[in-house]
Amino acid sequence: MPLSSQLEAGLEAPICLTWELTYGCNLACTHCLSSSGRRDPRELSTLEAKRFIDELAEMQVFYVNIGGGEPTLRRDFVELVEYAVAHRVGVKFSTNGTTMTRKRAELYASMDYLDIQVSLDGASAKSNDPVRGEGSYQAAIRAMELLAEAGFEGFKVSVVVTRKNAFELEALLAIAEAHRAQLRVTRLRPSGRGADSWHELRPSAEQLRSVHRFLSSHEEVLTGDSFFHLAPLGKALAGLNLCGAGRVVCLVDPVGDVYACPFVMHPEFKAGSIRDQGGFRAVWREGELFAKLRRPSPGGACNACDAFSECRGGCMAAKFYTGLELGGPDPECVLGHGEAVLAAVVDRPAVEPGHSRPVSLLAARRR
Amino acid sequence: MACAGSTSPGEKKVFDPALAYRLSPSVALRREPFGALSYHYGNRRLTFLRSAALAELVERLGEFPSGGQAVAAVGVPEQRRASIERALSELLASDVICVR
Ligand code: SF4
Ligand code: SF4
Repeated sequence: MPLSSQLEAGLEAPICLTWELTYGCNLACTHCLSSSGRRDPRELSTLEAKRFIDELAEMQVFYVNIGGGEPTLRRDFVELVEYAVAHRVGVKFSTNGTTMTRKRAELYASMDYLDIQVSLDGASAKSNDPVRGEGSYQAAIRAMELLAEAGFEGFKVSVVVTRKNAFELEALLAIAEAHRAQLRVTRLRPSGRGADSWHELRPSAEQLRSVHRFLSSHEEVLTGDSFFHLAPLGKALAGLNLCGAGRVVCLVDPVGDVYACPFVMHPEFKAGSIRDQGGFRAVWREGELFAKLRRPSPGGACNACDAFSECRGGCMAAKFYTGLELGGPDPECVLGHGEAVLAAVVDRPAVEPGHSRPVSLLAARRR
Repeated sequence: MACAGSTSPGEKKVFDPALAYRLSPSVALRREPFGALSYHYGNRRLTFLRSAALAELVERLGEFPSGGQAVAAVGVPEQRRASIERALSELLASDVICVR
């Protein structure tokens, strides 16, 4: 059996688990996948978070991707990271950089099993700030400088590719390298606030071709496996090249709810809660939704496509939030099959209103 | 943590049945339906070990005085020996296992 089919059938534990520690955030990016802004008062307590880490350690989840919101705003953030790495659960966390200080950078640099991802969505304030908020470029660059000065080598600079920055990837790579960091580029998905901004921010077909060229000639650039739908443009990119939702990927949100993937935080893709009896283990191994996602799907229009073995129909989240058939083409199908079906959609699922609170950037910004 | 027997980059690593091996101290191994998944905390590399026999062998390498004896002890059939040894060489090159 090919590895991809074995992975699609599910694993004992996820490979790529994202844990959004808080919805609290001091920015309000227009494409935020979790529509973050304010904290949820029902957030996991420190004790609950530690019990969850214990469970991850027992299940041998090798590392977690901590995100949010802005995870570093949680008062127990460092305590939880230290607790995780002490239990051999590696941590990679994403940050907008606003909370970075010299002291913090030195602390992070001194820790084993820790990796950091600084979000940046443009090679200058002019292209970054309209998406991530005024001053966010400066904050991210400052954080990168502090990390570099503290000797934290190989942290990641994480870019969501949009229409506004798709032609800046070389410049973004240079910025990352200047700080001894690695560039990581990921796909913009129409989730959270991204559902509203997706239509205007998504890269054009021409830009997607140039992204594919860029990635093919820069194998050092990481992608979080998010551009496998571009494979039919040429060679397949490095990675597992499949939609991992509920199979190798899952998301745990700030209140402990478990979803199939960070980009489908919608009731339809909620598998359970770590607060339920049996905890995360039961949700991952026995959850009904996950069992369903791991069964071979009846498929749809994509099964007949020559490129299916590489592209596998693309991203489930992108199809879901644009109202497309899950077995049919991705809205960004590089063979052009997405545009036609996209135009025919009348009924799109509403984004979960629970996390979708409008936030005023000025009011929410902390110094 | 580097392995005791780590060699300089570029040097080709080949599994030698006469030497003693172990799972690298920086690596965790998790059994999976297809075999096992290993993760290297240093270079953050995931490796798929695609058979139960290979997974068991790697888990138990450290119990035997030599790699060859470990291969014999877990009952690798003669015709699969070459491919298992090739897999071990790859695991050695990526520091999943190391000389002890
Ligand atoms: S739904 Fe999309 S983002 Fe989520 S795992 Fe599948 S391909 Fe990746
Ligand atoms: S039709 Fe489907 S499988 Fe074929 S390239 Fe488009 S999205 Fe991929």
